[in-house]
Amino acid sequence: MSVQKIVDRCQALYDDLDFNAVKEWKAKEEGRKAIGYMPVYVPREIIHAAGMLPVGVLGGGDQLEVIHGDAYYQSYICRIPRSTIELGVTGRLDCVDGMLFPSICDVIRNLSGMWKLLFKDKYVRYFDAPQTYDDNIGGKFYKQEMQELIEGLEELGGRKITDEDLNNSIAVYNENRNVIDELYAYRSKAPWKALTSEIYLLLRAGMVLPVEEHTELLREYLSAIEKEDRPVRDNCRVVLNGTFCEQPPLGLVKSIEMAGCYIVDDDFMLVTRWLQEDVPTTGDPVQNLADAFLHQSAETAAKYVDTEEAKGNFIVDSVKKYAAEGVVFAAPSFCDPALLDQPMLHTALNNNNIPFTAFQYAENSGQMQPIREQAGTFADSIKLWSA
Amino acid sequence: MNIKDQASTVAEKEDSMWKQKEMINENYELLSTANERGQKVASTFVPGNINELLMCFDFARNFPETNALQNAMRKKSGGMIMEAEKSGHSEDVCTYVKADLGMMMKGNKGPTGLPMPDPDLLMLSYTGCFTFMKWFELVREQYPQCETAMLHVPYQADGNITKNMRDYVVKQLKEDIIPTMERVSGVKFDIDRLREYMIQSQKAEDDLVYVLQSAKNKPSPIDAYFGGVYYIGPIFTAFRGTTAATDYYATLRKEIEARVAAGLGPITPEGVMKEEKYRIVVEGPPNWTHFREFWKMFYDEGAVVVASTYTKVGGVYDNGFRHDPQNPLESLADYCLGCYTNLNLPARTDMLEKYIEDYQADGLLINSIKSCNSFSAGQLLMLREVEQRTGKPAAFIETDLVDPRYFSPANVKNRLESYFQMISQKRDRAA
Amino acid sequence: MECYIGIDLGSTTTKAVVMDEDYNVLGRGITNSRSNYDIAAGVAKHEALIDTRFMLFRNAMKNVAALGDKYEIFMDELERNFRLEQYLEQLIDLDETCTKASENTRYTEWGSDLTEALAGVFKRVALEAPDLFAPGAQRKSDFFRDIAGSQYSTISEEVAKEADTPFDVLLNIYDRSIIDVENRIYTETTNQNLMRALDRTLVNLPDLAPVADEVRTEVQKVLGIDLEETYVIGTGYGRARLPFSKDHIRSEILCHGLGAHIMYNDTRTVLDIGGQDTKAIQVDKDGIVESFQMNDRCAAGCGRYLGYIADEMNVGLHELGPIAMESTRKVRINSTCTVFAGAELRDRLSLGENRSDILAGLHRAIILRAMSILSRSGGVHDQFTFTGGVANNEAAVSALRELIKENYGDVTINIDPDSIYTGALGGSTFARRAVEGIPTEAVA
Repeated sequence: MSVQKIVDRCQALYDDLDFNAVKEWKAKEEGRKAIGYMPVYVPREIIHAAGMLPVGVLGGGDQLEVIHGDAYYQSYICRIPRSTIELGVTGRLDCVDGMLFPSICDVIRNLSGMWKLLFKDKYVRYFDAPQTYDDNIGGKFYKQEMQELIEGLEELGGRKITDEDLNNSIAVYNENRNVIDELYAYRSKAPWKALTSEIYLLLRAGMVLPVEEHTELLREYLSAIEKEDRPVRDNCRVVLNGTFCEQPPLGLVKSIEMAGCYIVDDDFMLVTRWLQEDVPTTGDPVQNLADAFLHQSAETAAKYVDTEEAKGNFIVDSVKKYAAEGVVFAAPSFCDPALLDQPMLHTALNNNNIPFTAFQYAENSGQMQPIREQAGTFADSIKLWSA
Repeated sequence: MNIKDQASTVAEKEDSMWKQKEMINENYELLSTANERGQKVASTFVPGNINELLMCFDFARNFPETNALQNAMRKKSGGMIMEAEKSGHSEDVCTYVKADLGMMMKGNKGPTGLPMPDPDLLMLSYTGCFTFMKWFELVREQYPQCETAMLHVPYQADGNITKNMRDYVVKQLKEDIIPTMERVSGVKFDIDRLREYMIQSQKAEDDLVYVLQSAKNKPSPIDAYFGGVYYIGPIFTAFRGTTAATDYYATLRKEIEARVAAGLGPITPEGVMKEEKYRIVVEGPPNWTHFREFWKMFYDEGAVVVASTYTKVGGVYDNGFRHDPQNPLESLADYCLGCYTNLNLPARTDMLEKYIEDYQADGLLINSIKSCNSFSAGQLLMLREVEQRTGKPAAFIETDLVDPRYFSPANVKNRLESYFQMISQKRDRAA
Repeated sequence: MECYIGIDLGSTTTKAVVMDEDYNVLGRGITNSRSNYDIAAGVAKHEALIDTRFMLFRNAMKNVAALGDKYEIFMDELERNFRLEQYLEQLIDLDETCTKASENTRYTEWGSDLTEALAGVFKRVALEAPDLFAPGAQRKSDFFRDIAGSQYSTISEEVAKEADTPFDVLLNIYDRSIIDVENRIYTETTNQNLMRALDRTLVNLPDLAPVADEVRTEVQKVLGIDLEETYVIGTGYGRARLPFSKDHIRSEILCHGLGAHIMYNDTRTVLDIGGQDTKAIQVDKDGIVESFQMNDRCAAGCGRYLGYIADEMNVGLHELGPIAMESTRKVRINSTCTVFAGAELRDRLSLGENRSDILAGLHRAIILRAMSILSRSGGVHDQFTFTGGVANNEAAVSALRELIKENYGDVTINIDPDSIYTGALGGSTFARRAVEGIPTEAVA
């Protein structure tokens, strides 16, 4: 498949607010079930092991007209829960048999209870994650959390989930993570080829496609892009941060690129890259997933950093790892985690003489002009500095 | 009411109020000299605070939320928030946090004008509010030497406390929090000391519950929101477990008992409320910058709040929970897990429905607070649910905790009066 | 006769309705709101009482058989002449106020030139007055401030050129004076104005000479009727400072709910989009409010937003709807934030998007906000009544009809051309009920 074809396919999946890909998957076999999950991380391996399709629910983007969803929220609350409710009450999420709400912030946490009140016939679970990382304390709690999820899905699916199932699923996701790592490495090497607007769409496709198919699609892209001839532009290299929950409109990603910035690292759909090493595929799978979560997981504003020295290191490391020249903070308006965290990340960057710029967006932002201008000015200033 | 009654009312009011004021002032004095006296200082949050445990290690206790609201009532929070925003904090986020950071930036003088101490321990009880975690990460930046102890209290997602949750909290207390406190304070943990404090807590909790439930009387002798925030003051903060708090609640209870016996309504800043026209249940914290003005909009219309959820943020006691000296750590865990904002939305909705019935209220009012997503996200659904289940009218207003820019008196008054008139219109018709 | 009056003080206009003891609407009055609520309420009430008087004239004139088919022409002439007399009276006041203001020391350097220029301006403004009220003449507004302001500004610009007096000085004097003039109510001279208007009418319509005496007698009779202000109820956005005692105030929610019920008995859901807020109200079969929701602190999507857009596009507020109706293509606008509206508009125009398409998108965006508030209040139930200034905007109405159908199916949608008086109508009904001793029960 050509790059264009792959991207078109992903774009179609992205544009489809009715989750037809999920419906098609379910229709292929009697009794298939799908489980929706919100950002930032759930162990999709468990859903997969239950024979179900994990479906990333990331709000309604800039094409969904939100009417009823707005009725549930005050103007000072971010957009993603409104559009998610809109998707729910308009029946677009009827194809998911359950919803997982990971611990990320109070808004998503409360949304779990709202879902219970609004959709009484669905499996709804708030998926708590420990904020303490001692194996014996947080690890124990987390294992039990996963155990409860396993039991819940066993009941829903009417079948046992064995260790073997789990280990197989872990292997499948290890593979997916490896390809995504390759993709990120490739983009860093040739950002003029692997455009972030395409990478974004590729990752979005992974929210609704079966993981095996997604992995295959990513491989095809990697081989197709290699052959693609695209012009190198005089862009600066930036890390994008703050987009881990409510999604930026695709126009925003494009605007940043058009303004002269190559995005070489980002925090889109962290669920795909949360576990940073391969999870062992033998032994106790729940233990292995817990170990990976506690000791090898990505960092984001929704996660507690237990020492002052470690605060903000991840973003400095990312700048170094990807040879970036600066950081673009794009946070959703009213996003507590991102906005409360940002001043501390600014400090870390300042301490390391890394330039940054910051703006806010909403998933349905229509105006890109100010963002283009700001990102453009930032890119120019970086070039000026490095010259 | 005759003159004698009036006089005794005023005297009663002053007794418990005065006592509380003294306690608060004393605590600020204690805090201001703690560093030089060598007393260790712990900063911590109201919901899920483990005050009795901190007392076991002789920590002076500082509550940044209380500082922020005290500053707001003294009209000082606005400048502090602006200061924090000037230094790069977003307009969109919690103003408690910004008021606290702003206070530090402006010389770190507390609400009473006394200097605030450097903390030795940031006791981060992550209970029912995500922002707490970021708050202390931000404070920690200012005090790099200070240790932070994280007590992660899991959310009651399915409306009950599971064994896993309780074990997790107890384990954190035993293996992490207590050893950290020992290390920072140099005091060895003595569980019997904890038990002693909890005996005091229990007594105070019994009296508090009596006071809050006295609002079931008609007329209600208390306002369970505007008055209620005073009643919860000591037990939600540095005083739970102290004999001072126990004394305060015993005194308060006697006062309320006398009011019930005399058939009196609540005391307002302008004297005893005369006619109880509306009995309201309120969800959400109050606004602190215009506290008096806000309250007046209620008592001028004869509206009394008979139950509120805000008075449960530092512990839900009216469901029977008490600190238990027999199982001190387990009961601390249950206390933390049970705080109001750690309950899921269905549980909060049930609670409101029950309050409307138990307290024979005319309806539900939600004061939606911009700063507090933990409270606010989902309130409009709760409103709809409660309205449907009880058939009682509900209304919605918006204010903020300590940001004076976000309190629009005309707007709030307009809605409140519309609401009260709607109740009265419906009632007239039913009659 | 007994008059029951409801007054609705809105953020942009103040409305009054006069009702008789049988709940019949006799008259309506409207004026621009101003910082002095007493005056705004007074002027609106005065206007409604004048309207009432005209209603009585109409009834009386029907009895003058000799008028025959001249009835319509006569009444039209009489009303226009009365408005002209009213205008001239205020003009004289404005002239005097301006002249007095021009004596202020800050203008001394312009000396007698200024006095002459002013006199010249007012002479011409007065001269042009009859044309403004001629049959078929179009006025952009019926408020003195708007008509006189526009006349004064055009004429003084010309005079300034000729007379060597700076235009901005003339404007400055006007700005200082209009507020004073606006803050006076001309209650005592109404009858004289009416009689003068009658004289003019009889001069203009010589055909009526044979019945002149009979007409004059009927008019005198009507003028003799005492319009007693039996009970007044006030409501509105500025209610916190309304110039009425507590017993005479009802919340705007209650008044709007009842007013809509009086207009359309089967109303269950009311949407009112005013200048600064949007209200969704659910009422029962008797017009009693079941629940209500208003826009939150963010005023996005209120009438004021359209005002900003009109300013931004440099067109009149009333032109927005018609332009939007020319749209052929759907454009999605996500921001109803007044702060960003202008920027988004410019951004889109610069991208080459069509003006009417953008405007149609903006109207839809406003209605989307209203739909959310409706949803919050409990949805849309048959019948649905749309009120407020925005209800006169055809593009907004068209977007609303579409979205109601999409979300709630077939629902009867009521829009009264006088819907701006809904709150005042509810108020006057409450006034009548208060005297009847009915607290809330409906009469209809």
